[in-house]
Amino acid sequence: MQINRRDFVKLTGVGLGIATASLPAFARATKLPIGRVVIIGGGYAGATAAKYLRMWSLGAIEVIVVEANSQFVSCPLSNLVLGGSKTINDLTFGYNLLKANHGIQWVQDKVTAIDVSAKKVSMLRGDLSYDRLIIAPGVDFIYDELPMLQSAEAQQKIPHAWKAGWQTVNLRHQLEAMPDGGVFVMNVPKAPYRCPPGPYERAAQVAYYLKNNKPRSKIIVLDANAEIISKKGLFTKVFNEMYAGLVDYRPSNALEHVDVATKTVKTEFDSVKADVLNIIPPQRAGKSAQMAKINNQIVSLSNVDKRWCEVDFISYESKLATDVHVIGDAVSAALPKSAHMATNQAKICANAIVQLMAGLAPDPAPVFANTCYSYVTDKSAMHVANVYRYDETKKIMVSAEGGGVSASPSEQEGAYAVAWAQNIWADSLT
Amino acid sequence: MMLTIIGLGCSMIVLAEESNPQVLNLEPSNKNPSKKELQDNLLRLVHVRSLAASCAACHGTNGNSLGNAAKLVGIDKTAFVTKMQAFKSGERAATVMHHHAKGLNPQEITDLAEYFSIQIPHQAVSLSSQKLSEKYAD
Repeated sequence: MQINRRDFVKLTGVGLGIATASLPAFARATKLPIGRVVIIGGGYAGATAAKYLRMWSLGAIEVIVVEANSQFVSCPLSNLVLGGSKTINDLTFGYNLLKANHGIQWVQDKVTAIDVSAKKVSMLRGDLSYDRLIIAPGVDFIYDELPMLQSAEAQQKIPHAWKAGWQTVNLRHQLEAMPDGGVFVMNVPKAPYRCPPGPYERAAQVAYYLKNNKPRSKIIVLDANAEIISKKGLFTKVFNEMYAGLVDYRPSNALEHVDVATKTVKTEFDSVKADVLNIIPPQRAGKSAQMAKINNQIVSLSNVDKRWCEVDFISYESKLATDVHVIGDAVSAALPKSAHMATNQAKICANAIVQLMAGLAPDPAPVFANTCYSYVTDKSAMHVANVYRYDETKKIMVSAEGGGVSASPSEQEGAYAVAWAQNIWADSLT
Repeated sequence: MMLTIIGLGCSMIVLAEESNPQVLNLEPSNKNPSKKELQDNLLRLVHVRSLAASCAACHGTNGNSLGNAAKLVGIDKTAFVTKMQAFKSGERAATVMHHHAKGLNPQEITDLAEYFSIQIPHQAVSLSSQKLSEKYAD
């Protein structure tokens, strides 16, 4: 049914006022720009924020994304590259549909400076001014305690593979080259880090590959945490039953030293020599969160533990820089650093910016959901799912009642996880 | 393309777009609502817009899902509310949805039903994958 202006007024019986515009969104934008938002980063958070800002402002907000890479590679599902059921190319996408469908301007460049006082972003090839800035920087690795792993050469030998890309491919090649009877060693950094269940899913995927191809091999998981920090009961069962004898899980085993030449890891309790070694360093907010200049002083926006960015959970505006928003893994929150969470934060931030730029109050109490699947074989997956609500007293997002995990991994959930990936990719990138 | 905008001052709430403009009809109970009621109504619209968008990870943008996930676009309101209440009470078995339904309040479930019921169906595009570029750095 077509509802025209008169019907609407009749339906609602209120004087809200309605405008129907038959012009395409882009044409409207050139006539009625209400502001410009520059977004640093084209990952799950940045790409989603760009789309929803354009969509919900009807094209009235000009959006420019600055991203150094020409392609998007999904971290979710990238552990399946190690298991062998996916290739990195299955997880690699372009930005063309996103740009074209929503009239998003795109600059492929590296950000070199952010001047908050002048509202200006500098890149290698020029400057951009903004009304509001969104920083979606993802994570950066901290090598203070692992200086031997900082070089590209060391990472060629001992990849982190914690950002999907060539390091993922490298780790898969090393696993394929490992002889049957070899030892695969990996660590879990102390929380918080990107993707809480990710390291345990990785152990399961490596176990899946070894069980089917090199059953005399072994995986040692050195966890800096006192216990499995996500889907604990489920992963414990997977390690002890599905992959009995393959996975040697060692809690409270933080790294103390890595010898690159011999691939030997020392922890407080153990010294372990690996055939294939995967070290996931501790993380912090990505580099662009450390570039903000306010009144000619560099102010790191990652002020919490010098790692994560403190934000207002209604708009995701930084607590340290006016008109600068931070979204995604870089945010300090009692929220899992997941792709779904990054897109949620992007949407809350976009919703608030559309309101604020129109001179209106944003949603005072946002609510969103998180669903995260982990694959334990090529087809079988299990989830953790929760709704999170803004707590007006604590002024943070807190988990609502009723969330939880799968009863057990299943192929049905594996099929849902496929749908999750298809839909979140389409939602973020088309 | 036709777009529908509800305006309050210079505000814009886009609820549905493309060829068939519709609006989310969250009607104030009072026929002569106060300014506060109007503002509250507008905030309900803003609240449900981003909450509905949170469902997109599995159910697609505005409920236009791909593959093995329920399509919420254009859904029957009553059926949606009934199903969500059954997930919430545990009457209807689920793998995942009970964990979400239990976290939502009745108002949110009603508003989500309204929101998804008026969205315009469109064919969501399954992204084509690409060969990872040699230059990709991260």
